[in-house]
Amino acid sequence: MSEKTLIAAINEALRQEMERDPMVLVMGEDVGVDGGVFRATDGLHAKFGEDRAIDTPLAESAIVGAAIGLAAYGFRPVAEIQFAGFIYPAINQLFNHAARLRMRSQGQFTCPLVVRAPCSGGIRALEHHSESMEALYAHVAGLKVVIPSTPYDAKGLLVQSIREPDPVIFLEPSKYYRAFKQEVPDELYAIPLGEAVIRQEGSDVTLVSWGSMAKPSLQAAADSGKSVEVIDLRTISPWDRDLVLQSVRKTGRLVIAHEAPITGGFGAEIAACVAQEAMYDLKGPILRVGGYDVPMPLARREDYYIPSPQRIAKALQKACEA
Amino acid sequence: MVSKTAFEGKVEYWQVLDENGVADKKMEPKLSDAQLKAMYEHMVLCRLFDRKAVSLQRQGRMYTYAPMEGQEAAQVGAMHALGPDDVVFPTYRDHGTYLVRNAPIEQLFEYWMGFEEGLAMPQGVNVFPLSITVGNHLPMAAGMAWGMKLKKHAKLAMVCFGDGATSEGDFHEAFNFSSVHKTPLVLLCQNNHWAISVPLNKQMASQTVAQKALAYGAWGIQVDGNDVLAVYAAVKKARERALKGEGPTLVECLTYRMTMHTTADDPKKYRTDAEVEPWKKRDPLLRFEAYLSARKIFTPEYKQQVEQAAVQRIEAAVKTAEGFSAAPETMFDFVYEQKPWNLAEQRDAFLKGD
Repeated sequence: MSEKTLIAAINEALRQEMERDPMVLVMGEDVGVDGGVFRATDGLHAKFGEDRAIDTPLAESAIVGAAIGLAAYGFRPVAEIQFAGFIYPAINQLFNHAARLRMRSQGQFTCPLVVRAPCSGGIRALEHHSESMEALYAHVAGLKVVIPSTPYDAKGLLVQSIREPDPVIFLEPSKYYRAFKQEVPDELYAIPLGEAVIRQEGSDVTLVSWGSMAKPSLQAAADSGKSVEVIDLRTISPWDRDLVLQSVRKTGRLVIAHEAPITGGFGAEIAACVAQEAMYDLKGPILRVGGYDVPMPLARREDYYIPSPQRIAKALQKACEA
Repeated sequence: MVSKTAFEGKVEYWQVLDENGVADKKMEPKLSDAQLKAMYEHMVLCRLFDRKAVSLQRQGRMYTYAPMEGQEAAQVGAMHALGPDDVVFPTYRDHGTYLVRNAPIEQLFEYWMGFEEGLAMPQGVNVFPLSITVGNHLPMAAGMAWGMKLKKHAKLAMVCFGDGATSEGDFHEAFNFSSVHKTPLVLLCQNNHWAISVPLNKQMASQTVAQKALAYGAWGIQVDGNDVLAVYAAVKKARERALKGEGPTLVECLTYRMTMHTTADDPKKYRTDAEVEPWKKRDPLLRFEAYLSARKIFTPEYKQQVEQAAVQRIEAAVKTAEGFSAAPETMFDFVYEQKPWNLAEQRDAFLKGD
């Protein structure tokens, strides 16, 4: 056990999984010699060589497409996409192929692939570096979608993602890469996908959030003056419906916060599901807090765009008025 | 059995100024003293703008920035070969495209300081918003060039990109599209030998970038990218071809990224100083100064005067940019021409602090 940042936890998960299983490899732009632009793969090239920490040409579609081919041939590739908004050339490979390979071959070919990418804003990065697109991936059947918000979760969820039999989109809030440290076991452990976690128990209102909104949510809960049950979803697809319903049945109120644009965000799916399953347990309307329906702005406006603890706290208070 | 050569091709390499700045008289483009001075002044402006930008970032006065040092000849030479109405599609490293077109320097700083307003160029600059994603602007440039052809406008599009971008599908798709439709497009590749940490020989197995043109039935040429006159001559020729309806040209400028990929990058992780060293002697400014000196245009006093003028413009621009502010709610204003209800409501809520 030692204190680690989220990026160190990811690096450790990759290294230990590569040690455990010779079929695991990492690939992408600058992941080899350079160790990745955020240093997620630091040291892997030196330890495992260029055939397992692979510097690819600058071609996202080929990175993901080749990773699908490797996965279908028995490897466990972990492909890195450098920045959140750089993934789109690979969307065709992800949506039309990675997600459907099992079905199209009726189980003959599978795609045990992880695509890692940073997500969300808050680090004053350049354009196309700060998007929160989890709802897009969650909309595609055949993909699993994971977003850790702590070093402990990052390691355990990445280990499990590598061991999953199906493709996983693993989104890492870049704001948390080095923002704080947490005790993380030195040995390997896996956290099952699809399990949310209660960060703080409460009785007035349930607050569901994930990824970059984890910290602002805890802050908002503290500032709201209400007894807030804070849930970190951790896996977006499949999401932990049971835990959310159980909490809402207890509190009778629900606020969902995500950094992604509000329209069509994953909060809409959660709200619809809770309205359907727990209508008569609700004491008031379900509220959502999200980014605005605008493209992620440049550095000077990102703090105006990203939901603040104040916005979330207001929603918590408003939910409790009902 | 039939066995014959189905295709043969070759790629020329052009250099006008050797490493000492001595011109090859047969290749030397006919440029007036005024034109040569304008080129030199733009190169100096690029160099000093770039160094100022890096220094602002290092002082925490600007966010991440992509330096262009070493690539002044490629950008300035190419831009001078264009007409003022030709539309240019730059990347994040092509500050020279904006500077040659006399874009307000304060706006360039404003963009890199995180304001969208920076890219709102005045009429006449004719530079498309720079591309941050790699290679994605090539198909758009091919399309705009096609539009110019369809409208019978005597102008072209020039798209700037690096060696790394040639690995993207968009490069190949755009090039093929442009060749098939014979669109007036110049593909200006600044081969600076590095895509962040990935060296050229890990990026491609082909001997040159220029030869990729042969696969698309287009003309490709490799030039000494640190020789402003070679770049000028090649792009001028490419422009003539484009305007005659002969289709796209790939101009590969052999140059070098003298510093980091961006200010967030540390090249010491992946390349040695020994590799960089020989390129210092090939500095595009030194070479051009030697040439201008031989032509009796360049003197130390002239250099000082050019640098002083550039510094004045740059410092004034920094001052303006650092005093710039903009209302945050304009983030709602340029999503659509007319705001749908959701945006209108969100804007109101934002202003009320909800």
